[in-house]
Amino acid sequence: MSKHTFSIGGVHPHDNKISRECAITPLPIAPTVYIGVSQHIGAPSVPCVAVGDKVKVGQVIAEPGGFVGAYIHSSVSGTVKSIAPRADLAGRASTHIEIAVEGDEWADGIDTTDTLITAIPEDPKAIIEKVKLGGVVGLGGATFPTHVKLSPPPGSKCERVIINGCECEPYLTSDFRTLLEKGEQVVVGAALLQKAMGGVPCTIAIEENKPEAIAHIREVIAKLGYKDMEVMVMKMMYPQGGEKQLIDAVMHRQVGSGALPISVGAVVQNVATALAVYEAVQKNKPIIDNSVTVTGECFPKQANLLVRVGTPLRYIIDYLGGVPEEAAKIISGGPMMGRAVANLDAATVKGTGALLFLTEKQTRRAPETHCIRCGKCADACPMGLEPFLLNKLAKNADWDACEANAAQDCIECGCCLYSCPAHIPLLDNIRVGKGFALSAIRARAAAAKAAAEAAKK
Amino acid sequence: MSKLLVSPSPHIHSKDSTRSLMLDVVIALIPAVVCSVVFYGWQELLVLGVSVASCVLLEWAITKYMLKKPSTIGDLSAVVTGILLALNVPYTTPWWVVFVGAVVAVGVAKMTFGGLGQNIWNPALVGRVFLLVSFPTYMTTWSKPQGLFGVDAVSGPTPLGAIQEGLMQGSTVQELTSAYNYKDLLFANLGGSAGEVCALALLAGFVYLCCRKVIKPWITLSIFATVALVSLIFWGVNPARFTDPLFNLLTGGLVLGACFMATDYVTSPMSVKGGVVFGVGIGLLTVLIRYFGSYPEGVSFAILIMNSVVPLLNMWFKQKKFGRK
Ligand code: SF4
Ligand code: SF4
Repeated sequence: MSKHTFSIGGVHPHDNKISRECAITPLPIAPTVYIGVSQHIGAPSVPCVAVGDKVKVGQVIAEPGGFVGAYIHSSVSGTVKSIAPRADLAGRASTHIEIAVEGDEWADGIDTTDTLITAIPEDPKAIIEKVKLGGVVGLGGATFPTHVKLSPPPGSKCERVIINGCECEPYLTSDFRTLLEKGEQVVVGAALLQKAMGGVPCTIAIEENKPEAIAHIREVIAKLGYKDMEVMVMKMMYPQGGEKQLIDAVMHRQVGSGALPISVGAVVQNVATALAVYEAVQKNKPIIDNSVTVTGECFPKQANLLVRVGTPLRYIIDYLGGVPEEAAKIISGGPMMGRAVANLDAATVKGTGALLFLTEKQTRRAPETHCIRCGKCADACPMGLEPFLLNKLAKNADWDACEANAAQDCIECGCCLYSCPAHIPLLDNIRVGKGFALSAIRARAAAAKAAAEAAKK
Repeated sequence: MSKLLVSPSPHIHSKDSTRSLMLDVVIALIPAVVCSVVFYGWQELLVLGVSVASCVLLEWAITKYMLKKPSTIGDLSAVVTGILLALNVPYTTPWWVVFVGAVVAVGVAKMTFGGLGQNIWNPALVGRVFLLVSFPTYMTTWSKPQGLFGVDAVSGPTPLGAIQEGLMQGSTVQELTSAYNYKDLLFANLGGSAGEVCALALLAGFVYLCCRKVIKPWITLSIFATVALVSLIFWGVNPARFTDPLFNLLTGGLVLGACFMATDYVTSPMSVKGGVVFGVGIGLLTVLIRYFGSYPEGVSFAILIMNSVVPLLNMWFKQKKFGRK
């Protein structure tokens, strides 16, 4: 098997996929769910139900709040109890729609059967419209509204759809299980995306540590007979699934600083998103649930659960036996880029892919010592940056120099901090530098725009 | 679980620490240490002991009493410096000379710059060169190794020293090198400072460091390649005046310097490109100093000179940034 990978940096953490044998099983529906209106990048959605309304599964309860926005659907049937601020997993408050669950009644028009529908609609626009109506957002982490990504700005042209099945973060296995258990649906989803982008070729990228998935998807593609679709075996390397890295690995094209993938002709969607596209287009089923890996060496039960959007984290954890004594940190997502959970009462969102339990020992950061100039951080950085330098510049609050040294290109993958033998909190500081560099860039762009408009008048 | 820990990503860390990396360097030096003790006997053990102990104690005392900061000896870098210094001096060096070397290495070259990571020059090399300049008699009277159970040591100059002297007296290189055979050089059967004597043991350590990904091989390989190439040219032009490539590679601490001193993180460039330029510079300077300079070997000076330009190399040779020109 030839193996593909990105050209700069990367690290190789132990992959710890201890939940890989756990089939995806549905989690019983929680008695109450809390569905947030800001589950995606872009404008928060605007609730279109009122307290006291009866809702069904799959019914729209919030509408897009802007061009970059998404529909949000009820994940349960029941009564809207409140529409009020509620703390998310970091403890920050945002509007949530609280629904008390009664039964499990689905909205009309949703096909809840398992019948595989392989016929691809002829009209790309119809596909994109259904993706939009289904509230599909990127489920690989960024939660960018999918229909926006599928509508490239005028002048740019998509040349290839890439389905990201790398799942390069340690511990996570929900995409792997999805490829195994719903491979047909994912492949049809990929074909729909191909069609939506004008019949371009499609690459499904899967890391070499998932040989079963690679074999299965190859079989499915052969069986369903879609054209111009191939599986590409990727080297096990983090962050292989980073959008820019994956495009580099698959197409040997590097997306420029601040540019979008479409600028090099690529559209990337992850496996879970491809499945969501299938369900939205072929079955009229919006995103109301998603697969969540619950894992960690200190967690007694490994699991992949199909969880309704808006389920409180505590409900999931209690279902599996509660938080283990040794767990010191709970992470929503993977150990490299996931976010530490501060609030167990927070509810899942469309993009919740994993709950990972780490012990104090596993997650402890050793005390910081002097930089020994080993260059390991720079070797590891997939963006070709010099983390040791950016760290110093950010600490000196030299934001211009941060920008000059491309802090804004940092993808926050964590490779630098992961590798540093002196345990310097590189990324913590670089994030700050990146923030200032980005706001300086945005401020300049805004000023330039204003000046251009003033000149027109 | 009492309270949830909340901190920014990443939430896991590689197992590498400064200490684990330095420990790997120590492990990589073990073959050479064992070799030199076997060949030179208890006197070498004394040099090693004094050197390591003084380096560690000095660093401990300086951090504790002068800097009033937590001790840094746990990172094992002082141990590495101690071993390297010991391998860089003859086994006959009196203990107090070794101690002076340690004071210069750790006290001056390392701690006055702010400790590990802040220094510009490789501490062990600074110590060695200081001794070479200050105590030339101790540093240049070498004895032919007699082995752990050997009796009297026979005094004699190092191969390179002998050749330089011989050349001054009008002999040709061929006559002079015929006294040595390369198997002796590889397997440590010649006069020289401890670390100069067993190329194979040092190379084994180098391979270990590369396999463990502690260092990258490019600096070392470019030194070897440059030394080989440049001396090939000189030797090709005038074999009576210049030593041949293999001889240059195997003598005068080149292997020790290229494998363990030039690859020191702190004092070598970060990028691969920078490292290659650094290595070529060291190789070139080494050969030129050997052929035309007044010191028979040149590795230490070559490395120290190139150490000084590392900041420039770091500025000039950077990794290409993703998606940028
Ligand atoms: S977090 Fe940023 S600086 Fe660090 S390795 Fe990743 S891209 Fe580079
Ligand atoms: S990895 Fe850490 S110690 Fe090494 S150069 Fe980068 S910041 Fe310095």
